[in-house]
Order: sequence, then C-alpha cells, then structure tokens
Amino acid sequence: MTLTVTRSRRAAHSAPSARWRSRKVQGWLYAAPTAVIVGVLFIAPLVLVVWMSLNRWPLLGPATFNAPANYVKIADNPLFVDAVLFTLKYTAITTVLLSGVALGLALLVQERRPGIAFFRTAFFLPGAVGFAAAGLLFYGMLNNDFGPIDPMLQSLGITSEPIKWIGTPNMALFSTITLVLWRFAGFNMLILLTGLQAIPTEVYEAARSDGANRWQIFTRITLPLLRPTLALMLILSVTGSLLAFDQFFVFTNGGPDNSTVSMVMVVYRDAFFRFDLGGAAALSVVLLVALVGLNTLMMRRLR
Amino acid sequence: MRRRLAGISLLSVLALTAAACGGGDGNDGGTQAADGPVTITMWTRAATQTQSERLVAEYNKTHKNQVKLTVIPTDNYQPRIAAAAGAKQLPDVFAADVIFVPNYTSQGLFMDITDRIAALPYKDKLAPSHMKLGTLDNRQYTLPHTLDLSVWFWNKDLYEKAGLDPEQGPESLKEFAEQATTVQEKLGKDGKIHGTFFGGNCGGCYVFTFWPSVWAAGAQVMNAEGTVSLNDQPPMTAVFDIWRKLYENKVTGPTAKEEQGPTWTGFFPKGEIGVMPMPSTTLGLMPEDMRIGVTPIAGPDGGESTFVGGDSLGISATSQNADAAWEFISWTVSDQAQVEVMAKNKDVLARTDLAGNKYSAEDPRVVLINSLVAKGQTPFALRFGQTYNDPQGPWLRLAREAVFGDASKVPQLNTEITKSLQQ
Repeated sequence: MTLTVTRSRRAAHSAPSARWRSRKVQGWLYAAPTAVIVGVLFIAPLVLVVWMSLNRWPLLGPATFNAPANYVKIADNPLFVDAVLFTLKYTAITTVLLSGVALGLALLVQERRPGIAFFRTAFFLPGAVGFAAAGLLFYGMLNNDFGPIDPMLQSLGITSEPIKWIGTPNMALFSTITLVLWRFAGFNMLILLTGLQAIPTEVYEAARSDGANRWQIFTRITLPLLRPTLALMLILSVTGSLLAFDQFFVFTNGGPDNSTVSMVMVVYRDAFFRFDLGGAAALSVVLLVALVGLNTLMMRRLR
Repeated sequence: MRRRLAGISLLSVLALTAAACGGGDGNDGGTQAADGPVTITMWTRAATQTQSERLVAEYNKTHKNQVKLTVIPTDNYQPRIAAAAGAKQLPDVFAADVIFVPNYTSQGLFMDITDRIAALPYKDKLAPSHMKLGTLDNRQYTLPHTLDLSVWFWNKDLYEKAGLDPEQGPESLKEFAEQATTVQEKLGKDGKIHGTFFGGNCGGCYVFTFWPSVWAAGAQVMNAEGTVSLNDQPPMTAVFDIWRKLYENKVTGPTAKEEQGPTWTGFFPKGEIGVMPMPSTTLGLMPEDMRIGVTPIAGPDGGESTFVGGDSLGISATSQNADAAWEFISWTVSDQAQVEVMAKNKDVLARTDLAGNKYSAEDPRVVLINSLVAKGQTPFALRFGQTYNDPQGPWLRLAREAVFGDASKVPQLNTEITKSLQQ
C-alpha cells in the first residue's frame, strides 16, 4: 500500500501527463481488437443500413439521396401494417404458451432422478434442429398430399378427412405455433432449469418444515426466485417472435392469403422481390428502433 | 464520400469473412487468364435445371473452357440474384425466368451484348419473344436459353377407361371442363384419380396456365407496356368461372387450393389426373410407357395459345470473363447444341430455323409444341415478379378470390395489380 502511494506520488511529481497518456494508449491498445470487431461487425452494418434507408439504392449502380421518402411510404404499405398486427398477435400467443410449456417441462425434469438425463436431452433435442429444417420437416409431415400425419389420424378414426394444417389462416397460425413450441420449448426449459437449480435447497427445506404445501412453495418461493431467469426468457422470446421469419417463410410462405406474413417477411419482400433496398432498410430501421425501445422497457420492468 | 465509406465498411466485412473462411485461390480468372482454360460460373433455377445441366455437361466435354453450374431452388432464385447483385457477386453467366429479364436489364444486371449478337449468322432466328424481353432501349442483353410452353396434357389410358375418345383432346376450355368432369365422375370414386389439377396457391402457376385461355380468345391481360392490368375483364373472368366450377364440383384434386407450386406437376406423371395444363418441358420427363396426348390451351370457346416461358441467358454486368462467357452462351444456341442436346431430349428449340429437325420429326407432339412458339405470348412488365409471382403480391389474392373466394372483389383487387405494376 505504502509502496504504491509513494510510487504514484513520485510519478505524479516527475511526469504526470506523459505517464497518464501512455497508460491511456495502452488501454486503447488492449481494447482495440474488440473495438475493431464491434466496429466492423456491429456498428458499420448499422450505419450502412441507416444510410441505405435514406437513399434510393439500386441493385447495381450509384445510390441517390431521397430521404425521407423511404420512411414516408411505409404508411401506405398495407402489407406491413397487417404484418405488424399479425406479428404482435403471434408474439403474444407464442410467448404465453412458450413460457408455460417451458416452465412445465423444467419443473418436470428439475430433480435428479434415475433416467432424468434422457428426458432433459429429449426435450432439448428439437432445439438443435435448424429452423429452416424444422419448417421443412413440419411441412413434410403435415402436407395434405404426402404427409404421414393425416393418414395416421384417419386410420385411428380421429378425423374423417385431411385437416388443412396450413390451408386456413387459423390453422396455419396454430400449426406454426406448434412448430415453434416444439422447436423452442426445450431450449427455454434449459434456461429455466439453470434458474431453478440456482435456488438453494435450504429455502425449500425451511419452507417444508414450516408446513408449506407444494402450491405455496411454487408460488411463494420458486416463482419469485425464478424471476430474473423468467425475465431473461421473456425477453428472448418476445424479441425472437417479433423477428420471426424462417418459420413463416419456409412453412407457410406467408399464406394462405397473406394471413401469416411477419414483419421481417415484408422487409425481405421489399429487398429481394421488389428490389427496393432503400425501402427495406427503412423498415429495418423502424423495426430496430421499436425493438430497442421495447427491450429497454422490458429490462426496466422485469429487473 | 459517404457511399465510399459505406462501401469500405462493407468491403472490410467481406474481407474479414473471406479471411475467416480461409480464402480461396483468390483468383477467379479475370481477363489476364485468357491464355489458359477459364472456368466460368453459371446459375440457373431448378425449374429448367435439366436442360441447363445437359448443355453444360456437353459443353464441358467438348471445350477447353469449363462451366461450373449452380442450381438454385426456383422460389429462391429472384432473392438470390438480388442479394448477389447487391454484393457484386453475381456469377459470370446466369439464366433468368424470361419474364423477369426486363426488370433485371433495367436494373443493369446483364452486360450489353448487342454487338456480339449482331455477329451471329442466325441472329434473326432466335426465339422472338425471348429476344423481345431481352431488349431494352434497342440494346440486347440476353439469348434464349430454354423454352417452356404451357400446353394441355391428357392421359389417354384414363380417357379410355372413362369412355372418352383417347385420341381426341379438348378443343375449348368448356370441353376441357366436360372431359375433366367425365374422368372425375367415372374414375374418381376412390379419391385417387381426379379430373384435373392446378396450382391454386401459386401466382406463377395461374399466369402460366390461365392466361393462354384469354389470349386464345383474342383478348389481353395487360396493356402492351405492362402497366395496366385487364384481369377483371372477360374473358379472364369467364376463365376464372370455369375453373371455379371445376373446384366447387370437386373435379380438381382436393389439395389444389393449397398447392404452392413446387409439387403441382407431380400428380399427372403418376397417372392420377385426367387432363391438365402443364409445362412442355415435363414431356421429356414423363414415364416411357404412359400414353399422353398434348394439345394447345384453348379459350372458353376455342382458339389456341400458349405462355412462352422458360429462361434467358446473359452475361452478368460484373463478370470478369466476358469472352469466355460469350463463347459458352453463344455455343448454347449453335446448331450442335440445339439439335443434339435440346431437340434430342424433346425440348423446344431456342431457334425457329431448327424447329423441323431429325428428332422433332419422330414425335408429333414435339412438332405441335414447336409450332406454338409463334402463336404464344410472353407478357411484358417491368414489375412482373413482385406483381404476379410473389406469393405476397396482388395477383395471387385476386386469382384466389376469383376461384375460391368472393369473386365480386375482383375489380377492386385488379386496381391493386395496376398499382403494383406502376410502382
């Protein structure tokens, strides 16, 4: 302690600014690799997308500045307005169901028992399947022409004719949510499981010796102590659902009759079908701002 | 300046990615490689993959320069081209659905090859509709690659079993509907066989199979500039009505309403469909022992027409191997390639002067299809893809309301199509 004090005092006397400056340079050097990566991979694309949104940006050839035309025309894009409403609805349903199912699964496999590893793995396994692959898998299984699910249901006498899994708006949404639950419930279970296991067993023992029943233990101990983990899961689920793309793109193709078009699908359409890169960038920026706002709010409320 | 900055940051991202991937040999030829054999890259869509593969295989076998072909799923083709163009990473040569070509040329994706085409001895014999769509402001950008015409196919075995004359295909859309209904009534009891089929949730399928009936009746679906939609007028509405009745009477397969496109041609070769409109390129893919009749698509009361679809081939504007690319694409329309690769496999030729060749003479159906090239149409519109092919575009909504839903919405939806065409 004394040593440091004397040393710094001496340093302060001899060459204060030079030493300070060299430490500052050193700090910058340490941070430089990360700064470069952040700059190139995160900041630059963001700046680029904002800049694109202020221009008419053709596939090849020079861009022309046209701000704020790309933003103004968002209002007369009925597909996007519908997509916003649909995505919000999808997010609400998915998040509620996903939280419920994931929590249920986590509670099921919470305690160490013989063979529990098998169930944990089995529940998590769909999480290892890529979304596009999962979409195709469900498309294949539920397809009315060649899917095995319809014949199975019919031979068991549950249904009398093929169910239009993606043929009507409501069924398409239902089928997609089933796909998402299958794909993500295990993953979210894993998140909740780590939260559950972080709760000290002493708390449970104390509660039990005080005579609390299972329900009381769940509502008074498990849920409150799980709150930070639940918050994390909620944020992931809401953000992921608002950015939903693959499931609809691969599985329902936005149909039938544009009933399952998500916001990102509109961005994709504007960029790659209509070649309106500037317009697509503007939509992305709007989406980004909304997401940042929403996440900030959620972080504050749920912390 | 700002654009350059944006470019630099994008470049550094690309450089970083390339470095992360370990790079390649880093030299994709370029003009300096003209001495040695050059390998050029080519993209094509899955719909016309067979023809492209045959041409590339034959070319690679007989030439020093080589072509590396990449096949991309048809639905993803347009987005892939857009993404590649944005990143200036287009292949040297790419095929495009002919109806998208005007948009691509107007976006500057293809290299101007007017002078090179002018030097071809058979320049005036190249498929006219493909050449028309590949021309912008009197400059030419593409060569015809494959021709895919829509025609009615009928299954002679099913016709015989249903008590119809197997040698007599339908001569009007009304007759088509009657014959399909007969097949359905006589053979459709067990739910395996159906009178007809169509891609009811696929915009491209509708234009390919329904529009020829309108043209056959002497009408149009758009103005010549491709900026005003006429899809709310007769005979289009009459055509919709006939198909609507076929669906309502369950003459079409039950999944027609949901069919998104990829599998719509899959039922006929299995012997499950009596009569339906199909792409002519599927003729070469039919089972050998299947007895199939082919006839032009007709209007409600007769006439004949076809949608001259298929692909055009051009050199991308960013290609560094223009000479090698031209050597390949000009070879694909040569006598050798056209007759020994395309005609030999029952494909429609990209050149009208070779239509009567030694192979086509063997199959009257091929002669018929070849003869339709002159009668058919290829619609022109700069905004074709986003209007008619895109599942979120306005055309699919109109067609589905007209066939399955509320037909009274057609006029209002037609204005949406016009709006999209003018964007």
